[in-house]
Amino acid sequence: MNWLDILVQGVLLGGLYALFAAGLSLVFGIMRLVNLAHGDLIIFAAFAILLAVSTLGLNPFLAALLAAPLMFALGWALQRFVLNRVLGKDILPPLLVTFGLSVALQNGLLEAFSADTRRIPAGPLESASLDLGIVTVGWMPLLTFLSAVLVILALNRIFYATALGRAFRATSDDPVTASLMGIDPKGIFAIATGLAMVVVTVAALYLGMRANFDPSIGPARLIYAFEAVIIGGLGSLWGTLAGGIIIGVAQSLGAAINPEWQILAGHIAFLVVLLIRPRGLFPRAVD
Amino acid sequence: MQPTVTTRTRAGTITAVLALILIAVGLALPAFASRSLIQDLFFILTMLTLAQLWNLLAGYGGLVSVGQQAFVGIGAYAMFAGVILWGIDPVLAIPLGGLAALLLAIPTAFFAFRLAGAYFAIGTWVIAEVTRLLIAQWKALGGGTGTSLPREATSDIIGVEAIRTLFDVREAAARDILAYWLALALAVLTIAAIYALLRNRLGLALAAVRDNAEAANSVGVDARRIRWAVFLIAAAMTGLVGALIYVQTARISPDAAFSVTDWTAYVIFIVVIGGIGRIEGPILGVLVFYALQTLLADYGAWYLLTLGLIAIAVMLFAPRGLWGLISDRTGLQLFPVQRRLTGITMKGGKT
Repeated sequence: MNWLDILVQGVLLGGLYALFAAGLSLVFGIMRLVNLAHGDLIIFAAFAILLAVSTLGLNPFLAALLAAPLMFALGWALQRFVLNRVLGKDILPPLLVTFGLSVALQNGLLEAFSADTRRIPAGPLESASLDLGIVTVGWMPLLTFLSAVLVILALNRIFYATALGRAFRATSDDPVTASLMGIDPKGIFAIATGLAMVVVTVAALYLGMRANFDPSIGPARLIYAFEAVIIGGLGSLWGTLAGGIIIGVAQSLGAAINPEWQILAGHIAFLVVLLIRPRGLFPRAVD
Repeated sequence: MQPTVTTRTRAGTITAVLALILIAVGLALPAFASRSLIQDLFFILTMLTLAQLWNLLAGYGGLVSVGQQAFVGIGAYAMFAGVILWGIDPVLAIPLGGLAALLLAIPTAFFAFRLAGAYFAIGTWVIAEVTRLLIAQWKALGGGTGTSLPREATSDIIGVEAIRTLFDVREAAARDILAYWLALALAVLTIAAIYALLRNRLGLALAAVRDNAEAANSVGVDARRIRWAVFLIAAAMTGLVGALIYVQTARISPDAAFSVTDWTAYVIFIVVIGGIGRIEGPILGVLVFYALQTLLADYGAWYLLTLGLIAIAVMLFAPRGLWGLISDRTGLQLFPVQRRLTGITMKGGKT
């Protein structure tokens, strides 16, 4: 077997996990909110894109462009009207609310779309590949990885080069002091969650085009995303990408040894990193 | 009169008497109840026990675990291993479930306690997933598809013959009655043990650690040791419940035994809806949960959708659950753990 090939496929798979994780990392970094419904929101967005593709006959990328502002509004409203009310020193209430949301979303989708597995049709792109000489990579995984890098670049740009990003960082470090400086933390939180939902839409687009999905697979995607965030370290978006790649490579190595070990290998990599570095590899913020 | 510290209240005494009567009725119930009622009560009692244990962890210990299904699953599989591999009677194999869960809890705690807050929740969940994936590799116990208890093992479970002659029922019904009694015993034991725990020094220390670990440390409470103790106790008990549940169902698969929905989501909803951090909470919660399940049984996914939305509404509008609402209005405490000073006479003023 070709180890280089396995490594490259693993890194590219890591791009998908980084996409799952980027929105989570953003919200977690800014408001320490653990959104247990994140995986189900990705599946929700995937169904939204699928709906636009199948009813309006749109190209998937165009459909995602259409879904993104709607998802932003949804995230904004979710934060403004629900999550802001339970954020506080105690981590339990937001955890439980998002857990309730996760179960409600899963079963709402089940009721609306049935348990059938779906896929967003992407035409010839689905199987197109690119020969790089030593290894051959699929266009789809490559595009996913590049999108992940692009999303993280953009988020970092927002974080470190805009007034909004300054407000994000200030609120992340100390919401009370930030509010003394005229920042409204609750408004900032709402924008952050809206932004996270835009990232979720991108993640949903690639998840839906690359693999089959059904309403029940959200929590498994959430676990990968969380592992990537924790491995990367709180508040570090590049760390999240690194975390995604570690999970992706571990899974791809595990699968090469025995297909049944794919998922297990990813989890074990997570536990090993945790054992050595409990705060992740590149923690920016102090929890 | 000497001032004394007491936790005793009149409501508490009445509850104790009522509880004893309820237990007596519960024990005698198989004599006149239908088989389906016994099965429903088995479900309620096992869910109640799981909910009390999660409440002990999260509500009193501040340990929000999303991975309790690891202990249900490993407990159930240890019981199956005892029966299938070593030919032990299923009922006698139940303690193996507790033991296996305890053994799993040690490395789990070692990992998870390095993590704080939300990280802890995810860490426990990942460990449950790892356990599920590893168990699915265990070919002797059916691998990923699972297996059933062999016919010869279920046909002569200890005590079933006696129940058959006592109540004049068929073998399957007698098995249900046996499982129901064990569930009742486990539920009563768990609630009594948690209540006793909360009333003694350890309970006070536990509440102190939950409310502020640093402050508790500074007055000499060893937060680490207490968290370990609570986590291990809850895990072992959860393992026993898991083993018991699968003695009754007699069929196991990794996906069912390690189901995050069945053994953690439902349990969390029961605790949250009933009222977290109170013994009364899970009791009320399990009754609401069962009522909803019965009412919405024909509506499939709508049931869970409703449950999720109710949990959100409760967290938003009544964060301490339904029992919290009742208790705030009436001051009622069925299981009083609050320490109050009594017998004080004030001089020179109205009392």
